[in-house]
Amino acid sequence: MTTVTIPEGMPQYDDVPRFDVDRVRADFPILTREVNGHPLVYLDSANTSQKPRQVIDAMAEHYARHNANVARSVHTLGTESTVAYEEARAKVARFINAQSADEVVFTKNATEALNLVAYSFGSKLRPGDEIVISEMEHHSNIVPWQLLCERTGATLRWFGLTEHGRLDESNVDSLINERTKLVSIVHTSNVLGTVNATARITNRVREVGALLMLDCSQTVPHRGFDVVDYDVDFIAFTGHKMLGPTGIGVLWGRAELLDEMPPFLGGGSMIETVRMTGSTFAKAPARFEAGTPPIAQAIGLGAAVDYLEAIGMDAIAWHEKELTAYALDALSTVDGLTVYGPRVPVGRGATLSFALDGVHPHDVGQVLDSLGVEVRVGHHCAKPICDRYGVPAFTRASFYLYTTTEEIDALVRGLDQVKRMFRR
Amino acid sequence: MQLDQLYQEIILDHYKHPKGRGLREPFGAEVHHVNPTCGDEITLRVRVEGDTISDVSWEGQGCSISQASASVLHELFTGHTMAEMMKAHSAFVELMGSKGQVEPDEAVLGDAVAFAGVAKYPARVKCALLSWMALKDAVARVEVSS
Repeated sequence: MTTVTIPEGMPQYDDVPRFDVDRVRADFPILTREVNGHPLVYLDSANTSQKPRQVIDAMAEHYARHNANVARSVHTLGTESTVAYEEARAKVARFINAQSADEVVFTKNATEALNLVAYSFGSKLRPGDEIVISEMEHHSNIVPWQLLCERTGATLRWFGLTEHGRLDESNVDSLINERTKLVSIVHTSNVLGTVNATARITNRVREVGALLMLDCSQTVPHRGFDVVDYDVDFIAFTGHKMLGPTGIGVLWGRAELLDEMPPFLGGGSMIETVRMTGSTFAKAPARFEAGTPPIAQAIGLGAAVDYLEAIGMDAIAWHEKELTAYALDALSTVDGLTVYGPRVPVGRGATLSFALDGVHPHDVGQVLDSLGVEVRVGHHCAKPICDRYGVPAFTRASFYLYTTTEEIDALVRGLDQVKRMFRR
Repeated sequence: MQLDQLYQEIILDHYKHPKGRGLREPFGAEVHHVNPTCGDEITLRVRVEGDTISDVSWEGQGCSISQASASVLHELFTGHTMAEMMKAHSAFVELMGSKGQVEPDEAVLGDAVAFAGVAKYPARVKCALLSWMALKDAVARVEVSS
């Protein structure tokens, strides 16, 4: 009998996590509906996720039983609301391993979180300073930096992409240099699905004394993300892509950085004291939460975090990896279809963009919709990626914890119908 | 939702075998219109002689509705008067805004009646209108320069 010895230092992998997709699906009321006479096949979770009953109920319960404004009332309802709002912040902080709940700023979405940093951190930038992004960014991680550079005279630079849809890091040492103040890149691409390896970039950022921001909108919903492990300075993500409601996003930043940053929006709740001759400001996170915040939405996001933790992020990531492998394989059988982005289920998430020879994505999406299959079509708020690969628009299928392999089969059958209709 | 109402045979035929495609000289005006939400684009040239549209030529990329629409324009208006074009243009814009409540007049709209089903798909109306708006813009520019 031979014994297999695993060399010292090699990881011992856990068994496959337990995951029951049917039980998960039963929590999502919308998944039982029909679209155009067919069972709904929702393959647009990178756009927005569906919501489980637990999140819908938590928000309804708040409005029905506890509704009041936060942080300004001595009455019972006000106290209950405030406690629930701050509990949500604590849940989010734990979820990403923030060292303190004060490092979690609630915004209205990831876009606002990115703009907050661009405006507030960016206000001290001068001509000659540099910001580095990449060609893989969502418009929300491009335009705020372009506007910042216009305001301050700073210079915007960016990483290019390889043919296979990964960041081209070959020029990392010259791109990130002593003039660089901040590097802001996407962690998981909303189009290509690429999960960017950040170690080399982080090392270089630390070498030159710059800061690193990651757009984690497509990461935090799908896999465990630990801000300490990643040695990052800011991250942005949004509630509605992670089973929570729309109208709530998160900026996480290191406490010492947030405390040094000037306010973004002025108003109630963000002040220490206000006189007609001038004001002083509260510490973070209150400094960045002017006005009545999205209270019910924060509570809904807290419920979403509870739900995701109960399922387990490892189990979700594993399920999505299996779906991705299955889908890459299934799509490779469709004649005339090209997948953009990594073609192996490694270093990528469960978002697949593709083009079908001779058929415009709008037509693909329309025919699929007639079969109940909901995908996104267009430039996905990431036009530079389209330009990079010379494609005017993509069709995108994106999966989540409730997606099944049968749904991927429905997509492939739908694509056959598309081809029959439009092929010249 | 009946897909064949949207993708009528006439539309698919124009998409697969586009008419008037390719930019031609001479021309009175050239315009470039885009649909920022979906990235459809068209470059359209129009030649007007006296009161007659003597050529509509175009090049574009986009979905079947937008490309077929440009093809229909070429067929419908080449050799026709400006007055006929304006009348059909109004009728087409009205049809697209009708949510499917207007019965199109084939005598005025020709093959463009096939787009009646598009009016029931609000997300696609702008695809159908792209080239029509480009044509109106081009004709206005010819008039200004002449």
